[in-house]
Amino acid sequence: MTDQVSNILNETPLPLMKRAGIGLFAELVVELSTSTKTNDKLQSLVNYFAIAPDEDKVWVIAIFSGRRPRRSVSFKLMRQWCAEVTGLHDWLFDECHGTVGDLAETLALLLPENKDDSEQTKSLSFYLEKFIAIEKEDESIKKNFIIETWKNLNRDEKFVFNKLITGSFRIGVSQKTIVNALTKVVHLSASVIAHRISGNWDPVTTSFSELMSEASSISDFSKPYPFYLAYAIDDKVEVLGNIEDWQAEWKWDGIRGQLIKRNHELFVWSRGEELMTDKFPEYFILKDLLPDGVVFDGEIIPSVEGKPLPFAVLQTRIGRKNISKKQLQEAPISFFVYDLLEYNYEDWREKSLLERRYKLEEIVSPIENDVIRISQTIDFKSWDNLAQLRETSRDMNSEGIMLKRKDSVYKVGRKRGDWWKWKVDPLVIDCVLVYAQKGSGRRSNLYTDYTFAVKDGDQLVTFTKAYSGLTDKEFAQIDNFVKRNSLEKFGPVRTVKPELVFEIAFEGIAASNRHKSGVALRFPRMNRWRKDKTVDEINTLHDLKQMLEIYGK
Amino acid sequence: MPNLISFTDKGLFCEAGNFYIDPWKPVDRALITHGHSDHARFGNKYYLCQRLSKPILQLRLGENNYETVEWGENIFMNGVAISFHPAGHIIGSSQIRLEYKGEVWVISGDYKREDDGISGKFEPIKCNAFITESTFGLPIYCWKPQNEIYSKIINWINKNKETGKTSILITYSLGKAQRVIQAIKETTENIFAHGAIFNMQKTLIDSGFNLHEVKHVTPETPKVLLKETVVLAPPGAEGTSWLRKFHPYSLGVCSGWMQVRGNARRRNVDAGFALSDHADWNGLIETVKATGAQKVFVTHGFQAAFSRYVNEQNIAHASEVKTKFGDEDEEISSPLEIKNEEAQL
Repeated sequence: MTDQVSNILNETPLPLMKRAGIGLFAELVVELSTSTKTNDKLQSLVNYFAIAPDEDKVWVIAIFSGRRPRRSVSFKLMRQWCAEVTGLHDWLFDECHGTVGDLAETLALLLPENKDDSEQTKSLSFYLEKFIAIEKEDESIKKNFIIETWKNLNRDEKFVFNKLITGSFRIGVSQKTIVNALTKVVHLSASVIAHRISGNWDPVTTSFSELMSEASSISDFSKPYPFYLAYAIDDKVEVLGNIEDWQAEWKWDGIRGQLIKRNHELFVWSRGEELMTDKFPEYFILKDLLPDGVVFDGEIIPSVEGKPLPFAVLQTRIGRKNISKKQLQEAPISFFVYDLLEYNYEDWREKSLLERRYKLEEIVSPIENDVIRISQTIDFKSWDNLAQLRETSRDMNSEGIMLKRKDSVYKVGRKRGDWWKWKVDPLVIDCVLVYAQKGSGRRSNLYTDYTFAVKDGDQLVTFTKAYSGLTDKEFAQIDNFVKRNSLEKFGPVRTVKPELVFEIAFEGIAASNRHKSGVALRFPRMNRWRKDKTVDEINTLHDLKQMLEIYGK
Repeated sequence: MPNLISFTDKGLFCEAGNFYIDPWKPVDRALITHGHSDHARFGNKYYLCQRLSKPILQLRLGENNYETVEWGENIFMNGVAISFHPAGHIIGSSQIRLEYKGEVWVISGDYKREDDGISGKFEPIKCNAFITESTFGLPIYCWKPQNEIYSKIINWINKNKETGKTSILITYSLGKAQRVIQAIKETTENIFAHGAIFNMQKTLIDSGFNLHEVKHVTPETPKVLLKETVVLAPPGAEGTSWLRKFHPYSLGVCSGWMQVRGNARRRNVDAGFALSDHADWNGLIETVKATGAQKVFVTHGFQAAFSRYVNEQNIAHASEVKTKFGDEDEEISSPLEIKNEEAQL
């Protein structure tokens, strides 16, 4: 490992690091968030990993893979202390927050700049471990720590410090980039590193060398494999060639998950690498039904007798700390399994899909319990035939079709070539923009978050929000329209002259008593800006109710 | 007595003197604070501006009936005393002071407090009523000293050179470009520029300004000459095929809007430098206080927040005014050129 590090040091001149510790991390964040090329990001990470102390490296891996310590200080208190330091009123803070779109950054911009830049800052791990240490302490101790730290940090450092407390870093660094950077500083393959840094490990107790050591960390029985993700097929399906080479399955609308049984224990991971075992007590029985040392890839999905229910049913359960009896009855969860990643404690990812599937069926078919089902493959005679079958997706509460090459191995991350998703066309409805709010992140100070309405007689009834689907240029045009055509201001929300018509696309529709319109949409986004339509030509609440009748039951 | 300035659909109007200041529709007599396109528009029958603004107006608006004054010089229109004073925003930019029957009004135009060595040194003027811009009228906008930002730009240029990249700096062609060129001229032998910046720089040099010369990038300029140099381009060039010629390059933007990270990310630039030609929050407040004005009218920018703060703090009696400044200029808050699309809305 040392050889490789020194090679990198020789190849690339390192920027002068005036400030070590959290300052080095702040520089990394600035570089990552401003660079627009994956290669530059990779280089920044490699430079960082080459010179940062080991205890900080572990935290950087943890943070960028979503393992932040629990929030030890609330937004409210951070604001309050900032107000005490700056003397600014709440309304002015809100104006600033609305414009910046990010609390951590707003605080960093408002707090007085630390003039003395010579003082060394503490390490990243110091601050993170301090967050954990003060979690249960009195408010006064927290306050003292935070205000004193603010005094010692420059603006970029204050930003990352606040960000570490308040939220996750979204700076366009994928797990893949982290893994690739690590392959440049340690002698392990990408797939091994990806596996090592996933799962259940704690940056407080795990050292960098333990995490990256040759000695396998198999003692962690819960560790999942990185998921293989499919791209949407963007061409005619015929280009995939011979139908004999392909396996077709229904694409389910649940939570992608891994179900692991090792050492007589059961673990359930979501694609977001969240350990969700306790959320699905239905699965507990599988501990007795499955052999030891298996890992399944599949869909966590509500279903009755093998027939999937709409995703909205599952939504009522996730996010709850405790699952009630009623929820267990109304939204019973199954696992629709489609791949086998480990068998008899052996990594099966390099075997072909056919081989994995054969073994999978051998394990799962004898189990006669609704809680686990093999996701059936679809027989088809031609691509045309499959296209016809795809049209029936919605009838089975499926989102479309998955196509997997029969000889494909199980890869890491989103890759082209062997796995494709072929979704059914979305549902669409024409509606008018009525409220707008400023966005955050790269949309700060731009009106990009919209609420839409359909007609109900002479009235307009709001029914959905949507934030995505338009180009930057279109967002700029609408921002300009909103600024010139605001009717009223409610806090950060502007009421807009109902004039701009959009086609909203969505994946599903369900009844909802939380919304005025009585419906809730799944994955709404702006499909098209209908400049050719006026507000008189939009759809009605009646149209929406009919869609609910057809697709939402 | 009625207000000396009223806010009309053509712009800021002085009835007593029968003239407008920076009108947005054609009028008979226009007083112009500075040469940016949202303040100096086509079609007026007569333009009065500070001497240094004239070549800029000629370049942008062609030949017109121009009259010029020096800073501090008094002229009269229908008994209203008019004088221009440095605003520090860009070359020639001025605050306009009006005095009539013992009452003094000052129209700030756009201004910045820090002396950039080119645009004249801003000085607050005592007055009864002050009409101020508020482009950056929120406390999140607090500028670092220009030398600190210049060092950052220079470090960035040097780092790009080391990695074999050309540094493309996006700057407004009038104002920011001249400032940045002066700041980096020692760093690099040749500074190249997009036509818009080249023409502006040439006009200013030809009319007697002691500014550094830049080289025009034309379709004939050989690529090899451009390697690892610095190229200045206006915001309009962002995202166009014009940039391809410079590959490999790193893209930096010099603008006060770069203070907020989201703006830099949205524009997909490699580096944002929060270098502004406007007053920051503290600069605006200090200025309002220093004028001693009892009445303050807040125009283009964060006028609602800024005027509310001025009122709450009992600094003056402030009110918001809607103008067309800051809208159609290249200095618009929205990073994308939205001029052309307006018609479609």
